[in-house]
Amino acid sequence: MDPYILKTLNEARRARRAAVLVTDLGDGRDRIVREGDQVAGDLGAAIANAFRTGNSRSVEAEGRTFFLNAHLPRPRLVVIGAVHISQALAPMARIAGYPVEIIDPRTAFATPERFPDVALHAEWPEDVLKRAPLDSYTALAAVTHDPKIDDFALKAALDARCFYVGALGSRKTHAKRVERLLALGAGADQIARIHAPIGLDIGAASPAEIAVAVLAQTIHAFRSRGLEAKGAVA
Amino acid sequence: MDESIYLDEARDPLIIAEGWMKDGKDVAIATVVETWGSAPRPVGSHLVIDAEGNFHGSVSGGCVEGAVVTEAIDVIDSGKAKMLEFGVADETAWQVGLSCGGRIKVYVERLG
Repeated sequence: MDPYILKTLNEARRARRAAVLVTDLGDGRDRIVREGDQVAGDLGAAIANAFRTGNSRSVEAEGRTFFLNAHLPRPRLVVIGAVHISQALAPMARIAGYPVEIIDPRTAFATPERFPDVALHAEWPEDVLKRAPLDSYTALAAVTHDPKIDDFALKAALDARCFYVGALGSRKTHAKRVERLLALGAGADQIARIHAPIGLDIGAASPAEIAVAVLAQTIHAFRSRGLEAKGAVA
Repeated sequence: MDESIYLDEARDPLIIAEGWMKDGKDVAIATVVETWGSAPRPVGSHLVIDAEGNFHGSVSGGCVEGAVVTEAIDVIDSGKAKMLEFGVADETAWQVGLSCGGRIKVYVERLG
C-alpha cells in the first residue's frame, strides 16, 4: 500500500467521509475513490455498489482482479425532540445499527429517566450542533412540533446534506414550515428533500408505530443514497 | 455493542499502521479479501504487523494470526505481496486451520 494513500484514507475516515480503497491484486497498485468520483465501466459499477452497501469484495473487471474495501462512516440518527415517539425510536434504531442522539432543550422532556442508555442533550440544537456538526452520514428527524426548536435543526440538516431529513406534522403544518424555511434562506430544492409528513406510509397510529415508520424511511434513504442523483442525470 | 460513530484511534489497525510508519517502522498490512462459509471476520478486516512481529487487529478469531504474522515479516523483507489461503481443506489445517470450517483469503502487502 502506498503510504500517501493510507494517510489520505485515514484522513477521510477521521472526517466521517466515505471512501473506497481499490487495490489491483495483480500488481498491488492502489488508489482511493471518493463518493461522487466518476469511475467508468464494470469497475465503476462495482465501486458504486460498494458505496451504497458498504460491502467490501473482490471483483473481476477489465481482465484484472481488484479488491474494493469500502470505508463508510457509521450512520447515525439525530432526533430533535425528547417525546413519546423518540422513546420508542431510540432503542429500535440502535438495534438496527443507527445510534441515536436526542436533542431537546425542554428539561422536563429530556430526562435520563425517560431515556435510559441514550445520548441525550437537554440543550438547544444550535448549541449541540455547533459542537457535533451534522454530516451526510447523519439522519435528522424533527419531532417536537415546535418551530422554535425544529426549524434551526432542519435548516442545518439540509445544509449539511444529511442523508435523511424528516419532520413531524400534517401537510398544513408543513406548508407553514416551508414558508419559514424559505425565510431562513433554504432553497426550494433543499426543502423538497424533507420527508413530511414523516415516516413511510404504513398507517402508523401509535407513537411506537410512527417510530417504525420513521426508522424504515431512514433505512430506505440510507440504502438508496446516490440513486436519486443518478436518476436525475439519466 | 460499540456505538461510537467515531474511529477508535487506539485500536484501529489502519490508524496504528500510519503511526508506526511515522515512527520509521517497516509495516505490513494484511486484509481479508474473500471468505467462504463461516468466517469469523468479515471481508475488509485488517491485521497490521511491524518487522518485529508486533501486530494489531485481526483477520480471524485468532486461528491464523500467527501464520499471517510470520508471512508478513517475509513480505516486509522482500517487498513482494502475498495471497494466503486458510481453511479446513488446507494441508496445514492441523497447524493453522479455521476450526469453524470456513475458508479465508488474506492479502498481505508491505506499506511503502
